[in-house]
Amino acid sequence: MPKRRHRWPYRMVPLALLVGLLVSGCGQQYVLLHPKGPVGASELHLLTLSSVAMVVVIIPVFILFGIAVWRFRDKPGNKAPYRPDWHGHKGMEILWWIVPAVLLTVIAIPTVKQTYALAKLPATTKNPVVIDVTSLTWKWMFQYPGHHVATVNYVEIPAGQPVLFELTADSAMNTFWVPQLGGMEYTMPNSVLPLWLEASKPGVYWGRSGQYSGLKFEKMTFNVKAVSPQAFNRWLIKTSNTAPPMTLAKYDALLKFNTVGVATYGSYPAHTFPAVAKGFTLQGGMYTTMHNQHHLVYMPMSGMAKTTGNP
Amino acid sequence: MPSFVLYLVRTLFPHDVLRPTELGADVMIVATGVIIVYVLTKQKKWLYLWREWLTTVDHKKIGIMYLIAALAMLFRGGVDALMLRTNLALPNTPVIDALEYNQVFTTHGTIMIFFMAMPFIFALFNVAVPLMIGARDVAFPRLNAMSFWLFAFGALLLNIAFVIGGSPDAGWTAYPPYTGLAFNSGPGENYFFLSLLIAGIGTTMTGINFLVTVLRMRAPGMTLMKMPMFIWSALTTSALIIFAFPPLTVAMAMSLFDRLFGSSFFTLAHGGLAMMYVNLFWLFGHPEVYIVVLPVFGIFSEVVATFSQKALFGYTVMVISIVSIMVLAYGTWVHHFFTMGAGPGVNAFFGLSTMLIAIPTGVKIFNWIFTMWGGRIQMTVAMLYQMAFIPTFVIGGATGILLATVPADYQLHNTYFLIAHFHNVLIGGTLFGLLSGMYYWWPKMFGHKLNERQGKWAFWLFFWGFWITFGPQYLLGLKGMTRRIYTYPAGFGWHTLNVISTVGAFVMGAAFVVLVYSVVYSLQHGEKDLTGDPWNGRTLEWAIPSPAPEYNFARIPVVHERDAWWDMKQKGQTLASMRPEDMRTLELPRNTPIPFLLGFAFFVVGFGMTFEWWYIVALGALGVVATLIYSGFDYDEHKHIAATEVLEIEAGLGRVQG
Repeated sequence: MPKRRHRWPYRMVPLALLVGLLVSGCGQQYVLLHPKGPVGASELHLLTLSSVAMVVVIIPVFILFGIAVWRFRDKPGNKAPYRPDWHGHKGMEILWWIVPAVLLTVIAIPTVKQTYALAKLPATTKNPVVIDVTSLTWKWMFQYPGHHVATVNYVEIPAGQPVLFELTADSAMNTFWVPQLGGMEYTMPNSVLPLWLEASKPGVYWGRSGQYSGLKFEKMTFNVKAVSPQAFNRWLIKTSNTAPPMTLAKYDALLKFNTVGVATYGSYPAHTFPAVAKGFTLQGGMYTTMHNQHHLVYMPMSGMAKTTGNP
Repeated sequence: MPSFVLYLVRTLFPHDVLRPTELGADVMIVATGVIIVYVLTKQKKWLYLWREWLTTVDHKKIGIMYLIAALAMLFRGGVDALMLRTNLALPNTPVIDALEYNQVFTTHGTIMIFFMAMPFIFALFNVAVPLMIGARDVAFPRLNAMSFWLFAFGALLLNIAFVIGGSPDAGWTAYPPYTGLAFNSGPGENYFFLSLLIAGIGTTMTGINFLVTVLRMRAPGMTLMKMPMFIWSALTTSALIIFAFPPLTVAMAMSLFDRLFGSSFFTLAHGGLAMMYVNLFWLFGHPEVYIVVLPVFGIFSEVVATFSQKALFGYTVMVISIVSIMVLAYGTWVHHFFTMGAGPGVNAFFGLSTMLIAIPTGVKIFNWIFTMWGGRIQMTVAMLYQMAFIPTFVIGGATGILLATVPADYQLHNTYFLIAHFHNVLIGGTLFGLLSGMYYWWPKMFGHKLNERQGKWAFWLFFWGFWITFGPQYLLGLKGMTRRIYTYPAGFGWHTLNVISTVGAFVMGAAFVVLVYSVVYSLQHGEKDLTGDPWNGRTLEWAIPSPAPEYNFARIPVVHERDAWWDMKQKGQTLASMRPEDMRTLELPRNTPIPFLLGFAFFVVGFGMTFEWWYIVALGALGVVATLIYSGFDYDEHKHIAATEVLEIEAGLGRVQG
């Protein structure tokens, strides 16, 4: 019957594949596939592992499906056995509970390991550089609590060592994302979340917000400038000595709903990170608002595995 | 007085609803309205419309109204999608500005989930569930009509937002604190919360209704393990609805309180906890994903058995897997926000639970393939959607596993990879399934088939359009493109892929046009279904004439085997098997205007509250209470069809011996 109509889509499959291969070319613009730091690399590793496991399950399914559709078409003279009452086979049914379970275990074990591993700084890290990140309405503010300098819409980090970002918001929610260095994390008002990233080599890496936050949300971009540790220290000292101070008036101006260019400040007023926080430490870790407490509470990162689950 | 008029005009028509697109839509709405009123008046159909449709409690008619609403909403959501895609293909010369783009992606998501997928599912539930279990109606017919009208007026409330007062613009997830007054002062978000609250009441009642219907109204002999798979899917979906919608209602109500009454559940000020909203929303939102996909699993189980002309493979395992999916669906919600810092323990748990849910889903895929194995596959349009579903859904499920891999999700979250994934399962799963179901049950609804040739055109356009649209979006995600941006700069390599994606979207648009043309064409020229069993079906709905008479079954069938009608046919039962003395006087629910009026009263409440006009709210609330009280004292809720009349109808359909 509709034999001619059946053929054309199959002819298009290789065409589509070809187009897909051409455009995917695996260039540097596929930032997720070309990480520039250990966090991004371990995330890519898991992505690859699960992709391979999925391909392993997809291919036999597609082959089975293709055979079933081809072999058991309803056309005159089809010699394949017709068994209208065949409604089950215990062994086969048990088999396809087991096969996906095994494959998923293969993904699950490293997933859990990496989830825990990435939640804390590498054990070898002593006194990491801490940067407090606040998303404001359509701009990013970065503060260096160790040196009391601040930047807007760009952030300077030392290359080759982990940097701990403490994320909060004085705005709607956003996510802090530097795809070449690693995955994103939310910035939310009234809470502080930790995220560590590392740039293996000096360079400029682009970052943007991944969570919609209003009219000019697409302008919530910033650059991460990774420089050598020596250059980073020089920059800190120079900025601290020469850059203008961020006054409260300037901070309040940043709270307006608008976009601004980059800026650098040699100092900033106390209590601008986060607006509600009191008594947070600079060692890094996790902060949450506890019941009946109006300030943020610090949970040391090493104890995080033990403390999760407790409110 | 003039100042009051000025106030009204300024409130209802602020400048952001007076842009060219909106004014164009206004003109179209008014023109369509005028045409409808003119045709109805000219044909003298007003009374017919009121008697036969607006006041009906017949599940089949309610199902058809749901279907019409769903297709209309598919049109609006689709036009929204084309506007979004057009903008992204032209990043340097945006066709619509940021504000409008934000409003359009918000309505696109909201409409497609709440006002397209949900009513489409309820359409098929209404049409098929009572017929498949051998019942004369649902358990609570009047409640069923109330559900429909609450849904319809909720949908109306959301849809008028963009021409009166201004659309919501916080996305379909409406995360605070962006939905708070500090960021979002217009009436748009009020519209959003109120329309979902009103429609949500209707949905919850539908869940209760179908749960009771399936548990209590089955024909004698139809034990749980003899129910068709679609009935199992209706049962599990209803259970999901009953427990999933309360968290949504709470989240919406608390957000509304923040806006209207100055509370600070989720606001930035006074220590509101935005993440609490996110938990509540996804506590609903993840079961919702399965609410829109389990019915489709049911549809495909019927379609694949019917068109392979073979029993469903592994029925018991299918039941176990659908029930385990239902249970697991409640335990995966955090995977929507791994990146909100719940900690590695929580994230690992929810990553694993998400992977776990893939196992029963995979089992179903294998069983569908082996249902075809050893069958004789007929390439009807319904079956084509089924066959497109398997590979598409498998790929969508696989990318879902990638997203469940917690560290990988840190990179993929909120990128176009995520967008591609959920469209992959929602179009490749839900939409394909619903269209399959529509083609499958269309003869039962209207007494004629849809044109198969045109249907195949629409199918291939949908299928390829889908892949051309969303294939490139996976790649865009890997290139770091984030969602919900109305334009983007050059230099990231996003442009070409976006253009391809937009082309695909227009191919899907063309598919929709062909589909609608085919529906209209088939109304005139469709092949009539004279037997009531056009597909050589297996379940009870095919045992009765098409379209089904008002009372469905003149005599309630007795079920012995799983595929009850197939079994009866094997045993040599014919269509004309009834004897005149079998006929009984039948009791049926009587039509009532109460559900329509109740829906309208809720609409008045919602509209008044959107603009904080409390007198109007009071008026509407009075209407709600009054209709409910009136309904409570309305004991005259049944009508009877005499045995002689039933005999006459059945004889006219050739269903009586001799």
